Amino acid sequence: MEKPKVATASLAGCFGCHMSVLDIDERILKLVELIRFDKSPINDIKEFTGRCLVGLIEGGCCNDENVHVLRNFREHCDILISLGDCAVNGGVPAMRNGIPLRECLEEAYLNGPTVYNPKKIIPNDKEIPLCLDKVYPCHHVVKIDYFLPGCPPSADTIWETLVALLNNKPLDLPYELIKYD
Amino acid sequence: MGQTIKFTIDGTEVNGRPGQTIMEAADEAGVYIPRLCYLKELTPHGSCRVCTVIVNGRPQTACTQPIADGMTVENNTPELLEHRKNLVDMLFVEGNHFCMFCEKSGNCELQAMAYRLGILAPKYPFMFPTCEVDASHPDIFIDRNRCILCGRCVQASKDLDGKHVFDFVGRGVHKKIAVDAEAKLVDTDADVRDKAAEVCPVGAILKKHIGFSVPIGKRLYDQKPIGSEIEEKKMTKVKS
Repeated sequence: MEKPKVATASLAGCFGCHMSVLDIDERILKLVELIRFDKSPINDIKEFTGRCLVGLIEGGCCNDENVHVLRNFREHCDILISLGDCAVNGGVPAMRNGIPLRECLEEAYLNGPTVYNPKKIIPNDKEIPLCLDKVYPCHHVVKIDYFLPGCPPSADTIWETLVALLNNKPLDLPYELIKYD
Repeated sequence: MGQTIKFTIDGTEVNGRPGQTIMEAADEAGVYIPRLCYLKELTPHGSCRVCTVIVNGRPQTACTQPIADGMTVENNTPELLEHRKNLVDMLFVEGNHFCMFCEKSGNCELQAMAYRLGILAPKYPFMFPTCEVDASHPDIFIDRNRCILCGRCVQASKDLDGKHVFDFVGRGVHKKIAVDAEAKLVDTDADVRDKAAEVCPVGAILKKHIGFSVPIGKRLYDQKPIGSEIEEKKMTKVKS
């Protein structure tokens, strides 16, 4: 039987959650016996090769490209997991949610104390993903099946979750593995 | 005054004294009833509703309801657990609770309650309200993003410090904590030694200069759920 596939993506995140995936240490050898990584920054596969059992999403949605990738994951994955606080609640990027988008862009490109921008251009090329008005948690955009909070979720949390899902067991995390920081 | 009042919590007999509330008698008996706004030193006012229990078939806040002989109290039922989860969920989405950069993380009662209830993510959509931060005072700051409107600081300032630094203004979703000054906290008589500066269950009112002083793993709720200290009382009682 073909091994089930796991895909991962980092949206508006810092890649810390992906680092935490790698932090399962030598258990990654066991993991690759159990699964095959599909589209993921870990192996640099850019497109889905087929249907995946699990999709791990790090980060929320801060631009239209994030939304596109997230919807693509929802289409290709049986189980979609919000991995980490940014996917769950927007996290650090969502700090901008209380500030109007224009003000954010002006601070970043015009008014910030270290900005050098003599032409006063706020990048607006159509090749650049368009910023959303706010940063949205993943479940505000598509249906999410499981949530793993944490900044990042610990390697043990990720490991326990994947093992439970791959063995068709219910996900029942112990107290020490549910943390929001 | 040696009179004992006998009642049950989830079928277990509990002995209390006249004048006690359900919460006080339960705490003494080693039965933890989840709570957020209640603090032993303050007059209970039942505002957070997390301590809601079913008393003789009716919902009551355990922190305000006096005990009576023969009363039956339900505390740990699936329905009440769901009710508490809903309340905590709502508190999380109504504010901006970003634990990853909050100094209170690990020692926060709201976070600890969510851990205890096993909440992985709130079920309601986030509101991302815009809230003011007041960092004007040299030793204390107010971050209203994290405020759950429990009223502890209001009461502590009035009843324990003999001041009136904090109070509520506005109603409904506009309700927020305000300071007794034209503008900022620095213009009040707030002092870092005030009880009001240390009763906040979340990271809304914090003392400056001491953030992140306790390492991860050694903070209040890193290893044991909130309420363990009360439940452990019961265990030692049983042992002795």
